[in-house]
Amino acid sequence: MTRSALSVLIAAAILLTGVPSTSRAATEIQFWHAMTAVLGERVSDIANKFNASQSEYVVKAVHKGSYPETLNAAIAAYRAKQPPHIVQVFDVGTQTMLSSGAVYPVYQLMKDHSIAIDWNDVISPVRGYYSTTGGNLYSMPFNSSTPILYYNKDHFKKAGLPDKPPATWDAVESMAKKLKAAGVKCPFSSAWPSWVLVENMHAYHDQPFADNRNGFDGLATTLKINGPFGVKMMEQLSRGAKESWFTYGGRLNKAEALMTAGECGIFTTSSAYIGNLTRASEGKFTWGTGPLPRLAGFPQGNSIIGGATLWVMRGGKPEEYKGVAQFFKYLASTENQAWWAGVTGYLPLTNSAAKALEASGHYVKNPNQKTAIVQMNAGKTTPNGQGIRLGNFNSVRDTIEEQMENIFSGSKTPKQGLDDAVAKGNDILKEFAALYR
Amino acid sequence: MRRAVFRNPWLPYALVAPQIVITIVFFFWPAFDSLRLSLYRASPFGDRLIFIGGGNFARLFGDPAYFRSAATSLGFSLVVTVGGLAVALLLASLANAKIRGLALYRTLLLWPYGIAPAVAGVIWLFVFHPSFGVLPYLLSFVTTYQFNWFLKGWVALALIVIAAIWKQFGYNLAFYLAGLQAIPGSVLEAASVDGAGSIRRFFAITFPLLSPVTFFLFTLNMTFAFFETFGLIHAVTQGGPGDATSILVYRAWKDGFDGLQLGYSAAQSVILMLLVIALTAVQFRYAEKKVTY
Amino acid sequence: MSRGSALAHGILVASIVLVAFPLYYAFVISTQSLDQVTSLPPKLAPSTHLVQNYADAWARVGMGRLLLNSAIVALAVALGKIVISLLSAFAIVYFDFRGKQLIFWMIFITLMLPVPVRIVSTYQVVSVLGWVDTYWGLTVPLMASATGTFLFRQYYRTIPDSLAEAAQLDGAGPLRFLWSILLPLSTANIAALFVILFVYGWNEYLWPLMVTNSQEMRTAVIGIDSLIPRTSQLPEWNVAMAAAMMVLLPPVAVIVVMQRWFVKGLIETEK
Repeated sequence: MTRSALSVLIAAAILLTGVPSTSRAATEIQFWHAMTAVLGERVSDIANKFNASQSEYVVKAVHKGSYPETLNAAIAAYRAKQPPHIVQVFDVGTQTMLSSGAVYPVYQLMKDHSIAIDWNDVISPVRGYYSTTGGNLYSMPFNSSTPILYYNKDHFKKAGLPDKPPATWDAVESMAKKLKAAGVKCPFSSAWPSWVLVENMHAYHDQPFADNRNGFDGLATTLKINGPFGVKMMEQLSRGAKESWFTYGGRLNKAEALMTAGECGIFTTSSAYIGNLTRASEGKFTWGTGPLPRLAGFPQGNSIIGGATLWVMRGGKPEEYKGVAQFFKYLASTENQAWWAGVTGYLPLTNSAAKALEASGHYVKNPNQKTAIVQMNAGKTTPNGQGIRLGNFNSVRDTIEEQMENIFSGSKTPKQGLDDAVAKGNDILKEFAALYR
Repeated sequence: MRRAVFRNPWLPYALVAPQIVITIVFFFWPAFDSLRLSLYRASPFGDRLIFIGGGNFARLFGDPAYFRSAATSLGFSLVVTVGGLAVALLLASLANAKIRGLALYRTLLLWPYGIAPAVAGVIWLFVFHPSFGVLPYLLSFVTTYQFNWFLKGWVALALIVIAAIWKQFGYNLAFYLAGLQAIPGSVLEAASVDGAGSIRRFFAITFPLLSPVTFFLFTLNMTFAFFETFGLIHAVTQGGPGDATSILVYRAWKDGFDGLQLGYSAAQSVILMLLVIALTAVQFRYAEKKVTY
Repeated sequence: MSRGSALAHGILVASIVLVAFPLYYAFVISTQSLDQVTSLPPKLAPSTHLVQNYADAWARVGMGRLLLNSAIVALAVALGKIVISLLSAFAIVYFDFRGKQLIFWMIFITLMLPVPVRIVSTYQVVSVLGWVDTYWGLTVPLMASATGTFLFRQYYRTIPDSLAEAAQLDGAGPLRFLWSILLPLSTANIAALFVILFVYGWNEYLWPLMVTNSQEMRTAVIGIDSLIPRTSQLPEWNVAMAAAMMVLLPPVAVIVVMQRWFVKGLIETEK
């Protein structure tokens, strides 16, 4: 009796003190990402939650720098035969990853490990963007956003404007002019100039961005942004720059600094900016959101997805891939999807998660987080609105923003600037296509 | 040519071995790799490598943006160098008196040499900040012109030039001071006895005597402005607005690292290498000629 | 005081003020609160938030680790390069051996290709070696150029032959000569080179940016990049300036403390 009681006591002691089993160490999974500040903490949170939920695998979330830096780190590691298991790659890197031969497609991974994921539950814009023609997802959706419009309610009040966001670009212009007259330093601005004002605007109005259905039917080699729509859009913005109601704030998301400082009246950028803006504006100014403005005279399309997904790299060991599959299964659960979207402000990636958030009253407390969803649901999904998939897209986007700067500073006309962007962009696209002929 | 002193069959090889090994591994290997890669079209992950001979170079020379970048590099470097040297020389001449505390002054002027260009850039970034910076604030009393360096190329360039000259200023000044102090007083006195005014004295005697210093500082500053300002540009303007501050070395890095076009970037590196070889060869020959043992 | 020297003093003091102003201004900003930073007109007297800001900057980027990495890189590059340059220059100047001309040119050709130019390929080499994101990768590639060798070679060539001949007559071997005679003579040059290389190693930007991925391996100069208020963060320039001050202090201190040798050494290199 004493012996079995002793062994029970010992077993209890072991369980209580949490001494890990020494028979097998947990398999480590390297997860490289580019999220900083609050978002970076959330990534660590979800990795820790997964690690705590089981003892076979440990996901190590490592911040590797910006999106380009993280991608470069993964490439270097791959070439040195030591790739991470999971790497977060931004939207513009999608084609690069797809063409590389270095990835283990996610749909394949889950199938190989007999884990059933309801891919149909993934919201259609995300599904459409990241899957191949067979409808299979090559990467795991993780953080997706779409651009929306923000406005500073205090500045609107000062300018005598009603507390409603502008719905058209003409309204943006007239409101911005009133804001300027009221002394607002930055009446209208936008972050991610190419992503919001060119890529999204084209999709939002059912205009093609590049040939081959924006790269979905085959590698694109010709940009189409210098058509009548593109020129009209740039003409309005160039006029805004000249008349000083449009304050250009830099490439990528540099301009967000202006909105964060409370200087802007109207602002367009990613829906993921909500979290940072909430923190920065607390006690300083009030703001609201609305859908992107439309340009009159052009059809209805939809806004497109930005953000990043998780790619699995080849070169790992089988037991490590088992862990990756488990981690993805964990991420894909409705509960975790809803949690992630709720705390980050990114779009809920599955319909179930969206419903769960709705049911929990999350959107009542955070109405601004719903704007993006409403915008996407109100749009019309057309071939031009599925997304844009280009090789060397990072360089193409940079080229476009470079020419936009020339247009906004007045040194080139909108048509000339767009034509030059197309010429240079086509050059870059053809270089990439020549690699995979 | 000195006569060698020691004889030993193996010792000299052992002594140079560390340097040679490092040089081969971290200089020759990458240099040849650059040369080789510049002839290829390379995919980011290394899965595709297609030989295209001079294709990358043809693309570079057919691109007006490349020549613009070269012109920007050259123009920027010349302004920083000539501007920096002129100011330093002027001030050194005016300050070249037998005064006490020269060493202290020198110390107080030299220390910006220790500041990384990128850190200097960040400080100037704030001084120039359109919303909070002290410089636009002071200028706003003089003019309503918007010094928005996100959009105005020349403002961005001016910002970089000022930060670069500021960083190098103390260094240039210290050298000129030392050079001036090394000129024998007797030479200058003889000239003034001859009746030469101070300005003529300067250009006829002082400046020529300073030419080794000038030449040395010229090459040093040019090299600094051409290459070391990478940190400054990366931290402050990232080559923008447009391509106003996109110097050659920044372009090469960007095309390789952001654009993942490795062959194209390697071609740019090769051209830079040829440029530097030319510059160094000129400097070496000039320096060797001037010195006698 | 004569008119000439009064002018000289005046100019020098004015230059010092001009050169020091941006740094002084940065220091003032580093002592302000966020509200003071964003309000105009700018204030020119230091404020009271010094400790807060510096502690903030320290904690946010792991400044301790960053400074340690910078120190390791700066010291390793300085000392490593001094040692190998000294040995190479000694061999080249004091020995005659087969292949000497070739080796001479191999070493000096490295002066013609600064790091930014061979950057992408050096990175490939380093990743093949598995040195990405390691101290080896950070320091060794920076030791590959010949500046130190050049300096020592020029200097050794000015040393009279008679010294070496006397040593040989005394029965001293080459290493003995190096250690007891040449080395003590070289201290000024070593000190100067130490300053130049320490500053260089501490301030190197492009190479550490490329070869490190994790924040723990970054050096201070690039590690503070995330503190520069860019996009959606608060315009916390006060914290950014505090970080900048901490980063530039060590190399500046080295220059100030060793400035006598530094200038002497620089003047030597131009000959």
